[in-house]
Amino acid sequence: MGAVSLENIVKRFGSFTAVERTSLTIPEGTLTTLLGPSGCGKTTTLRMIAGLLDPTEGNIVIGGRSVNDVPIHKRNLGLVFQNYALFPHKTVADNVGFGLRYRNVNRAEIARRVQEALELVQLPHVADRFPKALSGGQQQRIALARAIVIEPDVLLLDEPLSALDANLREDMRVELKRIQERIGVTTVFVTHDQSEALAMSDQIVVMSNGRVEQVGAPEEVYNTPASEFVAKFLGASNILDGRCLSRGPDGAELDVPVFGKVIVPTAKAPHLAGEGAAKLVVRAEKLLLRDSPPEGGAFSAPASVETVDYQGQSVRYFVRSGETQLQAINMIDERPFPVGAQVHLTLRPQDCAALPG
Amino acid sequence: MGWNLIRVYAVLVYLFMFLPVAVVVLLSFNASQFGAFPMAGFSLRWFVALWENDAVMRAFRTSLALGFLCAIISTTLGVLASLALVRYRIPGRNLLTTVLIAPILVPEVVMAVALLLFLNFVGIGRSFIMLLAGHVIFTLPFVILVVQARLVGIRRDVEEAALSLGASPRQTFFAVTLPLLMPAVAAGALFAFTISFDNITGTLFWKPGGVETVPTQIFAMLRHSISPEINALGTVMIVLTVGLPLLGAALARRLAMKSGVSEPR
Repeated sequence: MGAVSLENIVKRFGSFTAVERTSLTIPEGTLTTLLGPSGCGKTTTLRMIAGLLDPTEGNIVIGGRSVNDVPIHKRNLGLVFQNYALFPHKTVADNVGFGLRYRNVNRAEIARRVQEALELVQLPHVADRFPKALSGGQQQRIALARAIVIEPDVLLLDEPLSALDANLREDMRVELKRIQERIGVTTVFVTHDQSEALAMSDQIVVMSNGRVEQVGAPEEVYNTPASEFVAKFLGASNILDGRCLSRGPDGAELDVPVFGKVIVPTAKAPHLAGEGAAKLVVRAEKLLLRDSPPEGGAFSAPASVETVDYQGQSVRYFVRSGETQLQAINMIDERPFPVGAQVHLTLRPQDCAALPG
Repeated sequence: MGWNLIRVYAVLVYLFMFLPVAVVVLLSFNASQFGAFPMAGFSLRWFVALWENDAVMRAFRTSLALGFLCAIISTTLGVLASLALVRYRIPGRNLLTTVLIAPILVPEVVMAVALLLFLNFVGIGRSFIMLLAGHVIFTLPFVILVVQARLVGIRRDVEEAALSLGASPRQTFFAVTLPLLMPAVAAGALFAFTISFDNITGTLFWKPGGVETVPTQIFAMLRHSISPEINALGTVMIVLTVGLPLLGAALARRLAMKSGVSEPR
């Protein structure tokens, strides 16, 4: 077991920089997610930790030991791929036991640990089958068993759920988290799926264009995005371009379209230096439509409903307030507002976040 | 009506192609001294005669040795070359591929003369080793084509998984890549063997004095007379060069089925 540190890592392919100078710590025993769209450098980062790619610059430290010169097969890692990557010519038992054969473990011990691993992934009866006789979800469980049976220092998961269909993906998500917590292995999880990241992670690293945009706990990244990219990538957000007028003890005063002058709590504007261009991030789920203006300190603005996208328990509205179109996702009790309805947009101060412009 | 014509035509084409072969096989069992119909009776005397003919047996042994060595060397080199071309970024990859495949495209006589002239130029005499080298050049492209096609279908992440589990690159090759590659390796080796066993053009140019392979031996025998022994030898050749690949293909299919990889994905 051990923490993973990336120290000033850079990865270039020719003139293309896949990962710009990055330092990152993945605490021991946590599940850290590298989250971002394709091409953001998350898989490149994972492959550098795995030893499948050499960083152009910088150090990779696993469990206090620099592993730059340690080849992949001596790093003691568990690696799980999107397409399972099981050995098609070996039985499930031989697949799972593969890593142990290179670790001087005797046959009886291999058999015992393979069975234990298969039980952990809830597939104790498939040991003699070949991978192609299993479903995608089962294959991925076997791949996971194969990776953890060697008791790796770090478990690396490269979009392990992406090849599964939607229902199975959610089951596996819970399952994966359960197993990770049970064995307590430091885990790096790569995904482009924000709900996977939010549901599973202890720590999320949001990446874009080879740079780390934000590192934080799921709630932190979701509620207080550090950049416009993070705000847009995690959930549906409205970004209002405005100005920061002042920054006082109560918070930062912003002048933005739709809502006019608003005061954003200091905790929600950590990156705002002071006067100057600023953006207000309004989550679609936090922007509520009301019949009447709110009471108390909530921000409010009149608007008209333009599009209604009814989804059963929730509804997605596109509303127009002056020149600005906004998106709102609201839970509903009975029936949604009809198109053309005049409503009052309501937003609690603690539900928005401010970013430098 | 039209279809029937086409059917008849197709049958005639096949007859034209395979009747001579059938005649050779049939006549090899003829008891008569003269290779002609009607047959005088069924006999294995020409096969016995072959067995007792030292020159033929020597040629046969030479051909077998040449074929086996050629298959082993060609397959080994072909697998290594395919690995380099498919798995590594090497400069001039396309050029290299073309050069390796070229012996298929260049007329055999041209290749044969070229190698001979080259050997004369650098002052290396003709020898069994040079003959073998020539055969390897001829058969290597076939091995590379077959193995490369298969290797492209083997996902890189399967090898990466093996590496991550603690197998060294060499162990990964033997535990994962090679077993998955096996059907293509076997097919390539069979190709190499049969092509080498069959080859006459290159062999005529390259063989050292006094050494004959089966095809050159037949060629030499034909100069004197059309002995029924040649029919028997022809039959043995057909069995070897047609039967072996068929056997190999069946074997490869079984291997592939057992390994759970039917076709390269």
